[in-house]
Amino acid sequence: MIELEGLTKRYGAKTAVDHLSFQVRPGVITGFLGPNGAGKSTTMRMMLDLDNPTSGTVRIDGKHYRELQEPLKYIGALLDAKAMNGGRSAYNNLLCLAQSNRIPERRVSEVLDLVGLTPVARKKSKGFSLGMGQRLGIASALLGDPEILMFDEPVNGLDPEGIHWIRNLMKALAAEGRTIFVSSHLMSEMALTADHLIVIGQGKLLADTTMADFIQENSRSYVRLRSPQQERLRDLLHAHGFIAVEAGNGTIEVDGATTEKLGELAAENGLVLHELSSQRASLEEAFMQMTASAVEYHAHGTDVHGGAPAPGPQWGTTSQGA
Amino acid sequence: MAAVSAVLQSEWTKIRTVSSTVWTLASALIVTVAIGAALSAVFNSTFDDLSEVERATFDPTLVSFFGMTLGQLAMVVFGVLVVGTEYSSGMIRTSLAAVPQRATFLFSKITVAGGLAFAVGLATSFLSFFLGQALLGEHRASIGDDNVLRAVIGGGLYMGLIALFSMGVAAMLRSSMLSLGILMPFFFLVSQILAAVPKVKEVARYFPDQAGSKIMQVVPDAMNTEEAPYGPWAGLGIMVLWVVAALAGGYLVMKKRDA
Repeated sequence: MIELEGLTKRYGAKTAVDHLSFQVRPGVITGFLGPNGAGKSTTMRMMLDLDNPTSGTVRIDGKHYRELQEPLKYIGALLDAKAMNGGRSAYNNLLCLAQSNRIPERRVSEVLDLVGLTPVARKKSKGFSLGMGQRLGIASALLGDPEILMFDEPVNGLDPEGIHWIRNLMKALAAEGRTIFVSSHLMSEMALTADHLIVIGQGKLLADTTMADFIQENSRSYVRLRSPQQERLRDLLHAHGFIAVEAGNGTIEVDGATTEKLGELAAENGLVLHELSSQRASLEEAFMQMTASAVEYHAHGTDVHGGAPAPGPQWGTTSQGA
Repeated sequence: MAAVSAVLQSEWTKIRTVSSTVWTLASALIVTVAIGAALSAVFNSTFDDLSEVERATFDPTLVSFFGMTLGQLAMVVFGVLVVGTEYSSGMIRTSLAAVPQRATFLFSKITVAGGLAFAVGLATSFLSFFLGQALLGEHRASIGDDNVLRAVIGGGLYMGLIALFSMGVAAMLRSSMLSLGILMPFFFLVSQILAAVPKVKEVARYFPDQAGSKIMQVVPDAMNTEEAPYGPWAGLGIMVLWVVAALAGGYLVMKKRDA
C-alpha cells in the first residue's frame, strides 16, 4: 500500500504537483494517467524519495522510503530506461544494485533471463536499443522480487511486440498478487491493463476510480442508424422524443436508446435501415475531455487547415445540438 | 539503513567494472613516474648548469616527484568520473532508489574510491622515488635520509587527497564536464600561475595543491621555492581541510537537491 498525502512540488512559481492525495492499493494494477507535463514523473520520483516534496508525504506500508531496509525488496521501479551506466555491462549494472541490497548474485541471471537479455548480459548497456534498455530497467525493478512495482511510461517508444510483452508481464505480476503502479499518457493503454485509475492534470487529482466505473461514467453510448429514408426516420425519432443528431455520411446518432427499441420503431413504421448499431465513444475522448482544461501544451491552429473540428470533447448532443 | 558493508561491496563492483578506473589510475602512475624519471635524468646531467642557490637547495626527493604536476590531472579525472558518471549516465536515480540513505551512499563510494586512489598514489610515489633516485646518480637521496620517507609517503597521500577533493567537487557540481572544466585548468595552470604572482601568491599558497605539495619537500625552500609560513604536515593539513570542505559541500548538495 502506498499512500500519498497532500503531496506538493513547486519549482519556483510553477506548481508541478498540487496537493495530491491518493492510495495505491495492493494486488491490482493502478494506472496513473495524465497528459504530458501533468506531473506524473515528478510524483513518481517523490514516491521514491529522489525528489524532495515541497510539502506532503509519501508512505509505503506506513514507512517513509528512506526508512526502508533494502528498498529494492519492497519496491522495484522503472523510471527511465537509460538510468544505468552505459560503460558497464547489463550484468554488472544489475550486480551493483543487487549487492547494495544483499540480493544473491544468482538473481541477476534470473531476472536477465526473465526479460530475455541473457544473450547480451555481458555487453555494455550503452549499445542497447530503447527496447533493450526498457527491458534492463524492468530487470532491475524485478531484482529484489518486490511486492510493489512502479513503471513510468513503460511502453514509450517500444515496438508492438515490446508493448505486448510489457502488458502481459504486468498482468502476470498482478496475478501473483503484486501491487503495480504504472503511468501513461495513453488512455487506450490503460484501458487494456489497469484495474484502477488515477487521473491527474496540471498536478491536480482529477479522478480516482475503478476502471469499470470510469468507463461507465465517461464513455457515452449511443446508437448509430443509417437509412435511405433519412428524413422520415429523423422525424419519427423526434416524434418519439429521441434526440437524433446527424453525424455525417448519412448516419444518425441517438443517445439514450437501445438498438432493440429503435429497430422495432423503424419496423413498425416500415422504414428501411442500412445500419443499426450500438456504439461507444472512445475512452480517449473521455480522457481528453476530462483533462482538456488541464493540458499544459495545447496544439493551436487546427482551424487553419479547412476548419477541421477541434479534437476532443465535441460530440453528440452537447455541441452539435438537436 | 542499508548495510554499509553491502553498499561498500556494491561500490567496489561499480568501480572495478568500468574501464575509466583502469585508464585514469594507470595514467596517473605512468605519467608521474615517467616524467619524474626523465626530469631526474635531466637534472643529473645538467646539475652543474644550475645556479648556486638552486644547487644549495637541491632536493633530489622533490625532483623525482616533478611528474606529479601532470600525473595529478589523471587523479582528478579519476575522482571526477567516479562521482560525475552517476549523474551523466542517469545511474544516480537507480543508485539512490537502491540506497536512499544519501550519506551511506556517498561516503561508501568515497571510501572505496579514496582507498583505491591512496593505494595507487602510494605505489606511484614509491616508484617515482626509487626510479628517480636511480637516475640522479651521485645527487640522489636515500629512503633512510632524514624526512625522505615522510616526503615519499606524503606524495602518495597528496595524490589520494587530490582524488578525494575532485570527488567532492564533482558531487557539488553534479557534472563530470563542468568539474573537469574547472579542476583541470585550476590545477594545471591557474594555481601555478597565481603562486608565482607577487602579492597574489600570499593567498595562492593556501590553495590545496600548493599547500599539500609541501609535504614532498625534504630540503627547506627546496629548489629555491618560496618560503611558506607552514611546515610540511601543516601544509598537508591545509589540504585536508580543503578536502573535508569539498566532501561536506558535496554531501549537502546530494542531501538537499533532487536527484
